[in-house]
Parts: sequence; structure tokens; C-alpha cells
Amino acid sequence: MTVLVKIPTQLRAAAEGTAETEVSGETVAEALNGLYERYGELRERISNEDGSLRRFVNVYLAGEDIRFLDGLATPVPDGAELTILPAVAGG
Amino acid sequence: MAVSHLQCKECKAQYPLEALYVCEQCFGPLEVAYDHSGSSLDVGELRRRIQGGPQNIWRYADFLPLAGGPPGPSGRLASRVGLPAGCTPLIRADRLAERLGLREVWVKNDAANPTHSFKDRVVSVAVTRARELGFETIACASTGNLANSVAAHGAALGMDSYVFIPANLEEQKILATGIYGTKLVSVDGSYDDVNRLCTELCAERDWAFVNINLRPYYAEGSKTLAFEIAEQLGWELPDRCVVPVASGSLFTKIAAGFQEWSELGLIEGESFPRMNGAQAEGCSPVASAYADGHDVCRPVKPDTIAKSLAIGNPADGPYALDLARRTGGSVDAVSDEEIRAGIKLLAETTGVFTETAGGVTTAVLSKLAARGDIDPDERVVLVITGDGLKTLDAVRDSFETYKIGASVEAFENTVPEAVTV
Repeated sequence: MTVLVKIPTQLRAAAEGTAETEVSGETVAEALNGLYERYGELRERISNEDGSLRRFVNVYLAGEDIRFLDGLATPVPDGAELTILPAVAGG
Repeated sequence: MAVSHLQCKECKAQYPLEALYVCEQCFGPLEVAYDHSGSSLDVGELRRRIQGGPQNIWRYADFLPLAGGPPGPSGRLASRVGLPAGCTPLIRADRLAERLGLREVWVKNDAANPTHSFKDRVVSVAVTRARELGFETIACASTGNLANSVAAHGAALGMDSYVFIPANLEEQKILATGIYGTKLVSVDGSYDDVNRLCTELCAERDWAFVNINLRPYYAEGSKTLAFEIAEQLGWELPDRCVVPVASGSLFTKIAAGFQEWSELGLIEGESFPRMNGAQAEGCSPVASAYADGHDVCRPVKPDTIAKSLAIGNPADGPYALDLARRTGGSVDAVSDEEIRAGIKLLAETTGVFTETAGGVTTAVLSKLAARGDIDPDERVVLVITGDGLKTLDAVRDSFETYKIGASVEAFENTVPEAVTV
């Protein structure tokens, strides 16, 4: 499956300035791994050592927070959009 | 000036005082750091300086993240520019205390702000900082109260504004936003969807989203609630504060305000207040994590009448949990029925009509009192964040109206009269 990953501004310096990039994978975890393989520095920014997401990182599949889906194990359909965003308090 | 830099709450990396909100190293939230060591004022002088300041939040400008101090060239007059917030009443609520079997309860009525909620505090600070940084357009993602405040501040200061709200917001909050001439954008989705959209928009536009890229400054405005409470109690700490929790920012920043002033010796008190967070059962990710002993929150899809607290993915949740545990407080949740009863209880015993968020806070206070968590000798402050006129549907049909013809007979036959002795 080919997935379009949108990279937030705060991480673009670690991704050669890229705003979005296509990777392949069957699940969110695989897609993110594809991203880390391309931009190694992103791994430690986004994920903990055990592969889970850092607590202030939110990942959305087609606009839905993956924690409402199956988390990192969520299957990704072909052509899906994966958005990485910092968690922001609101009000 | 005491404001020093931005600092990551997680890894402590330092950043300049710009429109930044996320640590590039670890993605943690940034907050404002201060250095008060350069002040040569003793406690008495500092207190007099505050007391001699304007009757609004700019009296606390030394503790706010503004490079230029209070807005304008001369503090006292120019602080009236815009929509000065703060200096709201702290009311001694003896009848409420009596009803709950407590000795001393105070109501901090922050509905008495220009747009009738505490959000005017945070927006005043964010917008003033945005102007210092050269922004011409302000924006926000809002559950309602923030929408009112951003739209009004834009109007008062002559700045363009964009306000994004979830489509299901209360009509009163929509009307009290659009009237200010803002560009009001109603989004088909929840607040968390609106927040995600705005976080994406923020990256591509040169706008000051008060609660996103200006968030470190915005959040500091909530400290002024703590400063006022302490000043109004005669430079003393309360024993306990009950505060509504949505994102967790207000809750943690009130504590930060008490902490900052305690460290400076401005306030006295033997122990730090117990901090009790209040959520609605229909959106209680922080209360659930508290009850389950977790230190992070699992996001939820909100379904509650307390829409101003309907943030299912609270970014400051971990800090709120830590604060409640560290101070011997708690985070509790109450049902929609309890929220309605809370609004009524506060109105009937204090004359303060609050929106649903205040119903949540009052209901949680009732719950704590009934559970025996509160020592009867404690001095408790109940933080009421918004006005009841904003959520009228919540109280519809909650009382009886006597309908009569215009005659004395009709009155006497229908309305029970009070028996005076």
C-alpha cells in the first residue's frame, strides 16, 4: 500500500525540509517505519525506544486519531493520508 | 523584565520568545520561563506595586510574558486599550458552604469578564504578545468561550480574526461570536477535529492562533486567576481549589501561579492547596485516567452538555494528573443530571448563574463534600469560569412559572405566598 505521510513543520528540518512524502506499508507502524528509513532522525523525534509513539505525538489516518482505530496496528488502505501533528491543548 | 525564554516542559530545551509551541527535539509542549532574580524589590514593595496597578490583569504584568510590560506607553491609562480582563469578584459563599456542610467556601466568579468567561484572561495575554510579535491576524479553535473572546478582542484591537468552532455548539455561543464581525467557521466535527484542522492550518499561515502557536503565552494568562484569588484572600493561599478540566491548561496554570508567588514570598500559607479537577462524565479522559491510576489519558469522543469542557484529547492531561496526585487533590467526573443540579445549587445559594462548566465544578464540590474528602475547616475556592446565559438549554424547564390573568384573585388562587413570621 502506498501512503502519503504529512510531516509537521516542527519535524521538517529533520526530513530535509519535506512537507509530505509517499511511503509503503500495510499498517500505520509499517508506514512510519518506511518514513524512518528515509529520514532516520525522525524515529527518535516521534517514537519511544519500544516503537510506541511519544506521548505528545498524534497520528491521524484520514483525519481520525489512530488511538480510536487500532493504534499502530491499524491497516492503511492504498492512497491513504497519514498526518503527524503535535498534541496541543485547546479551549 | 522577568520573562526569560521558552522552555520544553519535557526535555528542558530552550527557545527564543517567538511564536513557537512545540519542542523540535522531543515534541513536548513549550512554556514560558521567568527569571525574577534581577528584581531588587522586597515583598512589601512588590505587593504595593501590584496594588498600585490597573484594575485588570495588567496589574500582574511583571509575571506575564510580555516584552514591553503592560500594553501601551503608560501602564495605567493604556492598559484600558482593548478589552481588559480580570479583577473579577471573589465572593464568600456562606449559604453554599452551609448547604454542603463546609465552613468556608469562596466563589471566584470569572463570568464577570468582558465576554463572560475566563478566556478573556488568556486571550488578552496572547493577543498582546501577538501584537508585539507583529501579527495582524488572530485565530483560534474553540469550544465556544474562546470563540467569543477572540472575536471580541479582534474587534476591540482592530485585528482580523478567524474563529473555528464545532458545528454543534450552543446557539448563544455562536451568536455571541459572530456579532463581533469575525470570520466564523463552523466545522462539521468535534472540537478535537477542529483542533487538528487548526494545527494544520497554523503551519501554513502567518496568523496568531492564540491556543496553538501562541499557546505558551496564552496559557500564562490563566495564572492571573491564582494571583487574584491570593490577593483577594489577603495574600494567602486557599486550602483547596476546585477547577474545571478540559485540556488541563487552566487547572495546571492556576497551580503554577500559586507556586510562582509562593516562591517569591508574595503569598503565605503553610501548605500548597489541594487541587481538585472537575470533568463531565460524558468527556472525562482525565478523571478516568486518575481513577485507573494511569499517568496518560486515553482520548474519548465527547458526549456531554458541558460543551466548553468537551475536549476528548486533553494535551495537558498528564500534567493535570500529576498535579492532582501531588497536591492530595483528585480529578472527578459528574453526570449531566448532576451538572444541571450544580448550576441550580450555585444559583440558589450565591446568586451566580453559571454555564455548564460551572455546573460541573459545583457538582464536583458537592461530591467531594458528600464523600467526606473536605475537612470542614478548610478554606475552599470554587472557580466559576463562565456565564449561565451562554448555555440556556441546560436549565430550560428546571423550574415552574406561575401563569395567571392580571387579577389579585388569580394571583391568590395560583401562587403560594411566603409566610412571614
